[in-house]
This record gives sequence, C-alpha cells and structure tokens, in this order.
Amino acid sequence: MLPDHTPAALSSEQKQSLINGLATLLPDNILLYKDEDLHPYECDGLSVYRQTPLAVALPETIEQIKAILRYCSDNNLPVVARGAGTGLSGGAYPLADGVLLGLSKFNRILKIDPDARTATVEPGVRNLAISEAVAQHNLFYAPDPSSQIACSIGGNVAENSGGVHCLKYGLTVHNILQLKILTMDGELLTVGSEALDSPGYDLLALMTGSEGLLGIITEITVKLLPKPERVQVLLAAFDNVETAGEAVANIIANGIIPAGLEMMDNPSIRASEDFVHAGYPVDAAAILLCELDGGNEEVSELVMQVRELLLSNGAVEVRTAESDEERARFWAGRKSAFPAVGRISPDYYCMDGTIPRKALGKILAEISRLSEQYQLQVANVFHAGDGNLHPLILYDANNPGELEKAEKFGGEILTRCVEVGGTITGEHGVGIEKLDQMCVQFTAEELEQLHAIKSAFDPQGLLNPGKAVPTLHRCAEFGAMHVHKGELPFPELPRF
Amino acid sequence: MKENDLSQAIQSHIKSALNNKTPLAIEGGNSKSFLGRKINIANKLDLSGHQGVVAYEPTELAITVRSGSKLKDVEELLLKNNQQFAFEPPAFGENATIGGMVAAGLSGPRRPYAGSVRDAVLGVKIINGKGEILEYGGRVMKNVAGYDVSRLMVGAMGTLGVLLEVSFKLQPKPQYSLTLSHTVSAETALKKMLGWRRKNTPVDATTWFDGNLYFRLSSSEQVVANAQKILGGEVINHADNFWSEIKNQQHHFFTQEKNIWRLSLPATLASTDKTAKELIEWDGQQRWLADDIPASEIRQYAEDLSGHATLFRAERSQNEPFHPLPGMLLKLHQQLKAALDPESIFNPGRMYKEL
Repeated sequence: MLPDHTPAALSSEQKQSLINGLATLLPDNILLYKDEDLHPYECDGLSVYRQTPLAVALPETIEQIKAILRYCSDNNLPVVARGAGTGLSGGAYPLADGVLLGLSKFNRILKIDPDARTATVEPGVRNLAISEAVAQHNLFYAPDPSSQIACSIGGNVAENSGGVHCLKYGLTVHNILQLKILTMDGELLTVGSEALDSPGYDLLALMTGSEGLLGIITEITVKLLPKPERVQVLLAAFDNVETAGEAVANIIANGIIPAGLEMMDNPSIRASEDFVHAGYPVDAAAILLCELDGGNEEVSELVMQVRELLLSNGAVEVRTAESDEERARFWAGRKSAFPAVGRISPDYYCMDGTIPRKALGKILAEISRLSEQYQLQVANVFHAGDGNLHPLILYDANNPGELEKAEKFGGEILTRCVEVGGTITGEHGVGIEKLDQMCVQFTAEELEQLHAIKSAFDPQGLLNPGKAVPTLHRCAEFGAMHVHKGELPFPELPRF
Repeated sequence: MKENDLSQAIQSHIKSALNNKTPLAIEGGNSKSFLGRKINIANKLDLSGHQGVVAYEPTELAITVRSGSKLKDVEELLLKNNQQFAFEPPAFGENATIGGMVAAGLSGPRRPYAGSVRDAVLGVKIINGKGEILEYGGRVMKNVAGYDVSRLMVGAMGTLGVLLEVSFKLQPKPQYSLTLSHTVSAETALKKMLGWRRKNTPVDATTWFDGNLYFRLSSSEQVVANAQKILGGEVINHADNFWSEIKNQQHHFFTQEKNIWRLSLPATLASTDKTAKELIEWDGQQRWLADDIPASEIRQYAEDLSGHATLFRAERSQNEPFHPLPGMLLKLHQQLKAALDPESIFNPGRMYKEL
C-alpha cells in the first residue's frame, strides 16, 4: 500500500535549496538530511513499507515547530508528524518530498495535579512513563496499548489508541481533557479544557484519532484514575471457540464489566506457551483471560460470580491467579502473543477489525475458510470484551508474492468485519495500510465529507497527505463495493 | 415506542430548504428551547416523529435509536434489561428526545464517574448541509476509521448536521444505590469530594447546596454498606426523586427568578463568591449560580479557574449564552461549520452568532 500522494518531482538542486532554507531556521542537530541519518526514520511499525523523507526535523521548542510549519506552508512541503514510530498502520510513513517532524524531544512531564487528577505532558512522553510518574500519588493513566513501554502519548492521541482495558476504561478519547495543537500555518490553539467540557464544538474528539492530518499536537492533559485497590485474573479454558464467545456475552449480560477480557485461539495459545511458558492449557480451543479490578470486597464478589458464570457456560477449566506472580504469568502469555507468533513464522501481518461480539463465531469460521483458500496460517488474539479482533496472518516475505497474498487475505477479513456491522480498524488506525478498506466502509459522499473536514483545518493539504482517508479516484481504482454497515446488496447470495 | 422512519421526508425537507436557501430551525421535543441563542426562523424541521429502535442487543451493550425517540421511552426499554445510559441524561420535559440530548450534549449526576453523552456515543447517521445521508462510527466500542464525526455532533446544537440515528454504549444498572448527606460548608464539601476522588470509593453522584452535601454510593449492597461505614452521613430516602429533581432542574434552586449560570471548572478547592447562591455538582466540576452578577465578572471568574461559564437560563439578560471563543478558534469553528453545512441552513446563530 502507498499513500494517496504523488510526490513533487524535485530536482536535487531544489531539494538542496529547501533543506538549506530549513537549516537556516534551526540550530544545529535539529535537521537531518544525509542519507545515513534518514534511514532510521524510513518506516514506523508497519515496516514492510519504507521511504526516506526529504529531511527529518527533531525540534526542541514550540517556536522551532512553528518555524518549520510556516516554512513548509510557504514552500508547499508536506509534513508528517512522528512520535515513537510504533504505529502499525503506516501513519508516520515518510513522504519523499516532505519533512518528517519527529516530536521525540518533547518528552517532559509538565505538571501533575493529584487533586484534579490530571497530568499535563509533552507529546513525546511514553505512555507508561505517565503511569510511572503518577504512581506516587496512587494514580494511573488507563489506556494501555501493548506497545506502552515505547509508544508516545502524542501518537496515542493521533491514533486514539486502545489497549486491553478499553471496555471498562475507554479509549484515549475518553481519557484526555485538553490538547494544544499547532495548525499548519503555525497558530497555537487550545482544544478542550482542564474542565470536563469546553465551549464550542468538540474539537478534542475530532483531533483524537485524526492521524496527524488536522494539526500537530504539542501538549496533552490526560485524566488520571485512582489505582484499583485490588486486581484479580481468571483464566478459563474452552474446547470450542464459540462457547468461549458465548461465555463473554453472558458475563456482560450479568451486568459485569471486567477491566480486561481477552481471548486467544489454539494457534496463539501454543505459540505463547512455547515462548513464555505461562502454563496455558495447550489443548484448549480457546482461553479467556478475565481481569477484575476495584475495591477489595468488590473484586472478591466478582471473582466468585465470574468463576461460576464461566463454569456454567462451558469452561472446561477455570484458574484464579493465586499470587501477583501468577497473575503476571497469565498476562505474559497474552502480552507476548505477537512476538510469540513472530517466532514461529518469518513474518506476520496483524489485522485490527472490530465486530459485534455476537458475530465472533461467524467471523472465525470465515477466517479459517480464508486461511484454507489462501494457504496461509492464522493465529487469533481477540479483545473479546470490546469486539476488537487481531488475526495474525503468518507469511514469509521471502517467498515472492506472499506479502501481497497476506495483504489480500487481510483485506478480505476486514471486509467481512464491515459486513457483520463492524469496522476495519478498532485501534491501529488507517494510515496507509487500510486506505483501500476505507472504500468498503464509507460511501463516496462520506469520504468527501471527511476531506472537507480536513480542508477546514489544513486548506493546503500539507499535513500527512494521502493517509487515513482515500481519494475517490483510489476507491474507483480499487473497485471496492461499499458495504452498507452490515447490509449487503444481495444478502441471500453466497459470496466467495 | 412507535416505529417510524421519516428519513426520506426529513431529507426532502432539507433539500427544499437548500433549493430555497431558507434556514431551518431543528426541533425535537422542544424541551430545551430556553437553551442557547434565540433564533427567529420560521421554517421548522420537526424530528419528533422520527422514532424507534433500529438495533438493541443488550449483550453488546449498545443501542441504535432514531433521533425523535423520546428519551423516557428509551430509558424505560433499557431499564427492562437492567441497563442505562451511564451519563444519566437530564430531561427538561416529558417530550425530551434522543436527538436533543445529543445536540445539547448535557449529562447528569454520574458524568464525572462514568463519562458524558459524547463518551457514550458510538456512531451517528446524519444529514449534512448538502442534504446527503452519511454514517460515521458504528455500533462497536472501538472504531478509529475516519475522523470522529459522531462525537463532533454532540453539543453542536444542531449547527453541523441533522441527526437521524445515534448509537450509544450502555452500562449495566448498578445493583444497589444509597444516598447519604453531611451538613457541611461548601469548603468542607469540596475537600471531602476531592479526597474521595483519590480513592476507590463507590461514589457516583455528589451535590452540595444550602449547607448540605449529598452523595450517592452505587455498587453491590455489601460494598455500599462498607463504604457507608467509612464515609458516614445521614441516609436520604426517596433518593431517586432527589437526584432526578437535581438533574432535571425541577429543584427549587433552578426555578428562582434569577439568571442561572452553569460553570464548568476543573476539580478545585476554590470556592465561588459567597454572595451568590450556589449549587455544586460533579465534585465541584459543575457549579450552578443563581445570580444577576454581570456576565463579564462570571466569565472572568470561570476563566481564572481554567473553566468556562454558560448562561443556562436567562431570566432578565440578553447576554450571549455560551462562553465566547478566542478569535483563531472561532475561525476554525466557522471553517468547520462551512465544511459540514456550506449553505448555513442548520440552526444558524443558535450556538454563536457566527455559526
């Protein structure tokens, strides 16, 4: 996949002159433009796609960012913002004729207010560093994408990152209060506020998940929560994936909202067990990990209730972590599922569709059918509580054509997700990766409206152009049929 | 609840307004006509007939309803399944609709603990200012495809598009609730509430007025009983009525013949001017003032505390209801309005005169 952006054909003289122009605005060590310096920035977490940018800027002050944006605005140069570069959809994929704006040096925690339960931080601060910094006040920042050791909060806002605790604690959009952003013409705006709401339109929601297309985030005020008094984890084994899915529905039908509710299928269980020896039952068709948190007694009551629910809903075995070490071990298997799969296959391609939970059986059956058809194995990891499915397609990039095959397979899975009333991306973003699938999820009018919203913020179209929202031209070429939110044009016809 | 899909009729109405270049005043149950700027627009777009549940799957914790559905009908349906809107939406009349609830973006007592209307919105079907029917978001909890147009609609007072359907995330109804009260000053009440916020307490509603702090505990009976031992206080009977009077503003505080201001502030110990009559909610993050102090003073006070002030019910003032936006931000709002409603036919001037 490539962005919907045709790079300007710049001669080497033009390139040099643009770099010189930028260099005069900035102190030494801020601007990288030599080939060897650019290489570390040529991709993000979607590493199969690489491109060196015209230049990389690593500013240290807001004034420097403003100067860069104004220069780029005047010279019609695209700007791609980058945090820690851990994104999985190519949102920070550089453009050959553009500047990659790295915000990693904005890594200070500016203010912690335990009474207001907020922290104000710069965009380059790592997700986990926030929780670590506020732990002394017995507080934490809830969204915890699995890359939380490395990923930056600015990137989390740009992608509206989730994690394993979304069902109870929400996504990034639910856990931030205020942003400072720079528009492409270098104006600093405050959106949201330190209060729970602010006058005017909800630009805070609009900015969250906008993938760097609307503005550059320079400061974030996040909400903090008191650390739960107690956390407990149950592990349940099932000999049938659908039974596990029904157990999830029944936990929720009983009015219980677990902090985390994760499912792994047999290939994932085996891969993880071989890797971290979490003690998972390797013959199970599926396991569920159910985390319950809150006050002491509350958790005791919930553990008993959930245990009984799991057993009466077909679990063949239920274990409760007896100690913090065991709890960590239960989670270790889940959290290392991706690298574990990485060990058994030269490459894997991670998908991110979300479905209504009731469609789980249908989707898994469809995935295994497609797996046969494409002759590529799949391991499934599922945020079961919130319907977010991560099928990992195993392939070998060294076999000619296999990446393309894996991408096609992945694309079909996402189309099926839309068909059952879900979405093509739950938390990884569209980036360059899912531009084609956007044509499946949205009509031409809907896409045009999204482009109009971008123009309201960035009339020149210079912020991360060609990402997140495809052009109608691209959709026409892709030839996708727009699937109307679960209603197929001819639902009675078999589809191949 | 009636099942009545008026999408086509609503779309035709909008298209003819576009052809004639006549602005529309969007109306649901007409229960919040006091809120916002008064606009004198003859061409009414009545959504109250556009009713019904499009999809409700209790185990998915999600519902999709048409905008004209009455809030009370939807809440009754949810209650049958032991579920609720976590944000406890206020209703200022029997006819309050789902569309109005979203357009005004108001939340009730549980808001600081369980999120707001916008937090619960999962997706929308709207008609934009070109008369096109568009869908964004969906019925699933996690969805990051495309900009978050759904939440942008919340609190936009109908100025960005006409809501046809809205999907919400739901919450199970708490097993058990108990409301208690302490007789304390505003200062002490604020201190207590800020302290509770730092711990795992089952507090899910607070309000202070006339020297009394009222707070609600919700969880299992056992957990509530234990919290009651620690937090103390006198038990309030008929607590449901008590909270719905506050939320729906039937409480005598809100019916005074004075301007009613809403202040939205960060959680802070700062206490408001003692000369004003005050009702505090949301651990001090939402404060109501019944007073005729000049708007400029109230707005300055809110700004000094990093918050903002809305003239919620204007008794004798012609002031702008919503807190003014700084110049550059207002410009961005105008550009956004133009992107969604290029002919400016939806509720022009209802929120700000420039939008």
